[in-house]
Amino acid sequence: MKRTHIILLVGIAALIAGLLSIGIDVSTYDSITSAKSKQGKFVHIIAKMDKNQPLEYDAIKNPNYLTFFAVDSLGAQTKVIYHNSKPADLEKSERLVMKGKMQDGHFECSDILLKCPSKYKDDEKQMQKNVNEQVGG
Amino acid sequence: MKFEGEHLLPGQLGYFFILFSFVVALIATISYFKASYSTNFIDKKNWLNTARTAFILQLISVFVVFATIMYICSHHYFEYMYAYKHASLELEYKYLLACIWEGQEGSFLLWTIWHGILGIILIKKSKEWEAPVMTVISFAQFFLLMMVLGIYIGNIKIGNSPFTLTRNEIQAPIFARSNYLEFIKDGVGLNVLLRNYWMVIHPPILFLGFASTIIPFAYAYAGIQTKRFGDWVKPALPWALMCACVLGVGIMMGGKWAYESLNFGGYWAWDPVENAALVPWLLLIAGIHTMVIYKATGHSLRASYIFSILTFLFILYATFLTRTGILGDTSVHAFTETGDGFAFTLFGRLFEFKYMNLLILTYLLMFAIPSIFLLIKNYKKIPTIHKEESTNSREFWMFIGSLVLFLSAIFIIAKTSVPVFNKIFNTKIAPPEDVEFGYNKVLMLVTIIIGLLTAVTQYLKYKDTNAKYLIKKIAVPTIVALIAIVLMYFIYPFTYYKHGNGFLIAIYVAAFATIYSFVANAMYIFTVQKGNLLKAGSPIAHAGFMLMIVGMLISSANKEVISNSSANGIVQPVSGKDPMTKQEDNPKENLTLLREIPTMMGGYSVTFLSDSLGEEKGRKYYNLNFKKKEGSISSEEFNLKPDVYMMKDNSMSSNPDTKSYLLKDIFTYVSYAVNKADTEDTISFKEITMAIGDTAFYSNGYFVLNNVEKDKTKMKAQISAEQIALMADIRITSKDSLHFNAKPIILVDSIGIVNVDDTIYPQNLYVRFVGVAEKQKIKIGIKESDKFIEYITVKAYVFPYINLVWLGLVIMAIGMLLSMLKRGNITKIQSVFILILSTAFVFYMFLLANG
Repeated sequence: MKRTHIILLVGIAALIAGLLSIGIDVSTYDSITSAKSKQGKFVHIIAKMDKNQPLEYDAIKNPNYLTFFAVDSLGAQTKVIYHNSKPADLEKSERLVMKGKMQDGHFECSDILLKCPSKYKDDEKQMQKNVNEQVGG
Repeated sequence: MKFEGEHLLPGQLGYFFILFSFVVALIATISYFKASYSTNFIDKKNWLNTARTAFILQLISVFVVFATIMYICSHHYFEYMYAYKHASLELEYKYLLACIWEGQEGSFLLWTIWHGILGIILIKKSKEWEAPVMTVISFAQFFLLMMVLGIYIGNIKIGNSPFTLTRNEIQAPIFARSNYLEFIKDGVGLNVLLRNYWMVIHPPILFLGFASTIIPFAYAYAGIQTKRFGDWVKPALPWALMCACVLGVGIMMGGKWAYESLNFGGYWAWDPVENAALVPWLLLIAGIHTMVIYKATGHSLRASYIFSILTFLFILYATFLTRTGILGDTSVHAFTETGDGFAFTLFGRLFEFKYMNLLILTYLLMFAIPSIFLLIKNYKKIPTIHKEESTNSREFWMFIGSLVLFLSAIFIIAKTSVPVFNKIFNTKIAPPEDVEFGYNKVLMLVTIIIGLLTAVTQYLKYKDTNAKYLIKKIAVPTIVALIAIVLMYFIYPFTYYKHGNGFLIAIYVAAFATIYSFVANAMYIFTVQKGNLLKAGSPIAHAGFMLMIVGMLISSANKEVISNSSANGIVQPVSGKDPMTKQEDNPKENLTLLREIPTMMGGYSVTFLSDSLGEEKGRKYYNLNFKKKEGSISSEEFNLKPDVYMMKDNSMSSNPDTKSYLLKDIFTYVSYAVNKADTEDTISFKEITMAIGDTAFYSNGYFVLNNVEKDKTKMKAQISAEQIALMADIRITSKDSLHFNAKPIILVDSIGIVNVDDTIYPQNLYVRFVGVAEKQKIKIGIKESDKFIEYITVKAYVFPYINLVWLGLVIMAIGMLLSMLKRGNITKIQSVFILILSTAFVFYMFLLANG
């Protein structure tokens, strides 16, 4: 066997190992209900903040404690606890991508990604709103 | 209907030149293609002349288009969608360019301009390679211009024109009026995150890097087309080096921008957008190494073809990833899908396509399919040496290095492409819990291998190396690096315990390997190359790269959170202890600062002094004072002004501020701030009548009226000449014996009374000069709030030795530039000229950005 062949084999083995590690090293996007059935397992939840329920954040008492309720597109609901500061546009966001796990009856969130309509300038509706606001103001 | 006040001429002009440049780009492509295949000398010459004229016309028209967009944006012609979306009245002039490449159309044009400029240089310099090389570049121009075409064929829209009118793009009742422009007073403007001088410099450099990756690709095509399978490497190599330099600098400039104006707390986050640009760079570096091997020994030609082709294809793939919105929820950048499209259902699944995305995909496939097909078809014809490389040879280990870079590139792009996989196979795979660690654990291994390889291989010779020679040369760097890492372990150890001892050891090994390589390459310049710096491009570039990695290892592994609340007296977070560090697990990184009350933060006493408004509407700076005390003397003091920007669309953006020292950076940003209106309370002022010398009480102490001042010059307020002003000088003493001074002012003129209140933040006390009473007495109003009046929540980090990252980058870039000049057979005078020109360009960009 030639040396180049050995190198290629080692290379391919490394590649497979690398790709396998990608395969193992993943999580899933879940609904709130399915996340609840996987207590303690790390998942991604795509949901919305429930504006009818109270949001609790007092930076003076504890800047690292935020709690609110989230509701997903299937209507399931959960309490969320986030040990970090409150993202500025949380109330305005249309969609939240939350990472974390279900435990002790709430979603212990480690990261929140906000999807705000306003962040997308290309969003036509937002543009319409902007134009109409200018006219009004 | 006739609309009033519109300026339609520039748009029509720009639109005409887009169409024109598109057509001439097609003519250039066909003519160059014909020229490359014609065997008749006269035919070839004719085709070449046509092609050159067409290409130059194309470049000129693209310049006109670009200038027209600049004209529209700088004159605030908001009847154009592009100006409305990206420009605004308050936008400073230096950001004019940034607002052009903020939009997709503008950035495609920027790419086209760079292709055009590179094309002109190639027409001048590439001699017999011109026809096939320029065929490829003209073809790319054709596609890039198609992206900004904006024409309809039937119902299908091809490209987005930058000259569309606002009234045609947005549905709103206002556009039914002929005088609608009177109502559109201002544009949306440049996203505030992009208002940073790096955003003026970074995109053009990055796009020059993107654009120049086409040149090695085009030369590889030329090698196949002309059947001169190995000859293309020599002219392509200097271009590849220039591209590696520019692309590398461009990517890291993006990191610097992220570090300075985004709040994800660092310069690299393994974000898909960053990865997409890094992967072609890794492939390009692999390609440069195999090309060098081929030139020296004749080995690795096939690998050079593969890497050169893949580099450009992955640039196109990066464009596809970042511009089609397919990354969706995985990227903070999240470009959205835009424009019209169509949808259909097949096998019970809904398939949606946007025309623009399909166009970008077509661009990718139109280059990928023919190039891969040609490569496979001609693969056997590419000459290869059947004799094996010896394991003591430089070329063997260089090839291994290239292979490792290639594998790591595949690893990164595979991980980044998970959203694409999800889309195709309708799966729901999400990123892992710790995204960065997913990359770091593999890349740490790559760093170790590359570090050791670049250290030793530099001292190997082509074909065969004498073992004694190698041991003699490599001994000193090995010992130096070993001493350095041992010293580091005792003096400045790594403190990254988050992923256990195994990973900590890996960090040490990686640090050893990179320091080893840095020392070995730096010494190579002097021990082997006798200090001839002009010829030392390779060791300089390697040493710079390794220095950059050392900086990355230290600044990331020893990044310190100094705003963890456990240091704050007010709150003790509840959570488990880390068994490794005995420190709080999952550090709570936010700290609340009350106005004018010093709080300890990582050895600094930090006080939130005041806030001030910025030049732009809605921008607020928070003035934080950092003070370090040793005994009673303050040894270090500085102010940082992170800011929060309330954008026009009412979303907030927080921008960090950094104090840079030679050896460390202190980095802070506001993670939470409240609107003043939210804290306003309903309690009213309580009035007290006092004479000078009188004492009165409030709930937390007492105060004395010292004096009533009439001298306007002693008052800190804007007072006009007609106004009568009085200022009360009040000394306040709290129960815990703290002293404060309050100086409220009252202003009286013919219109009425104005009160300028004073606020004692630490006591939550407002003091007002209400008015004058009888018998030389005055009325003082006090209001005590039960809420904390003002506070902000901040995060703060210390990045140690981060300057090594930027220093290493600059050294690497210089090394690559030197190699390019050496390989390009460029005379000394030309070299100096190029160096001065590129320095002047960067300097000019700096001036533009800062002034």
